[in-house]
Amino acid sequence: MADTQRPLSPHLGIYKWQVQMATSILHRGTGIALAVGTLLVLWGVFSLAQGEDSYNQFRICIGSPVGLVLMFGWTWALFYHLCNGIRHLVQDSGAGYAIPQFVRTSWLSIIVSILLTVIVWAYVLTSGGAA
Amino acid sequence: MSAGKDFQHPLKRARGLGSAQSGVSHWWTQRVTAAALVFLSIWFVVIVLSLLHADYASARAVVAKPWNALLLVAFVLTVCWHAVLGLQIVIEDYVHTRWKEVALLVLVKFIAVLGTLATLMAVLRVALGA
Repeated sequence: MADTQRPLSPHLGIYKWQVQMATSILHRGTGIALAVGTLLVLWGVFSLAQGEDSYNQFRICIGSPVGLVLMFGWTWALFYHLCNGIRHLVQDSGAGYAIPQFVRTSWLSIIVSILLTVIVWAYVLTSGGAA
Repeated sequence: MSAGKDFQHPLKRARGLGSAQSGVSHWWTQRVTAAALVFLSIWFVVIVLSLLHADYASARAVVAKPWNALLLVAFVLTVCWHAVLGLQIVIEDYVHTRWKEVALLVLVKFIAVLGTLATLMAVLRVALGA
């Protein structure tokens, strides 16, 4: 870090909370969480190759209370990163940068990701629960 | 810069130090893997939901289907690639001690490559019934 007395940007203290901040921060946060969650996918595939015992052990672990909470969290993280990722791809084409649109699509990412998470877990619960 | 002795054109010097013509490849590869993952991750969610009540034998049979085996490997490969690119930016942004930064970048790449290769082997074992 530069040793300087001049004011440094960004002046975090003067920003009021905005949804665009939340979507940006969440995109990074969910990205990191999903990278860690990929290890669970690897574990699942390995256990399937390993044999019946390790596969059943894997199922018991993800069906445990802690496992279910993690799975729920990763479901939302995946859908959020997916929805907001599509939003970023659209913005990469140059579209949607007007401030009202930017704010509206931020909310859209959040709401659609929650909706998709609810749909998936409603399916899980109505089809007889997990594990 | 010592004047007089240096006959190198400033542009030549700038070319050596500046853009290696690959600056955009990180950005572009991140977008291409993202576009692929839009489809692959939806497929992955559907497959996982279809395996909710499957026992070991039927789960194996699902993954052993050629299309599923192919897409599963493609999914993990693309996820790892995308994750390496994304985590690289996060590490470069927040880790300001150079050796820690480099160590983390290399560690993430090692884990991603090992994870991808191990998944490939595991899927092959399931698909080929070894």
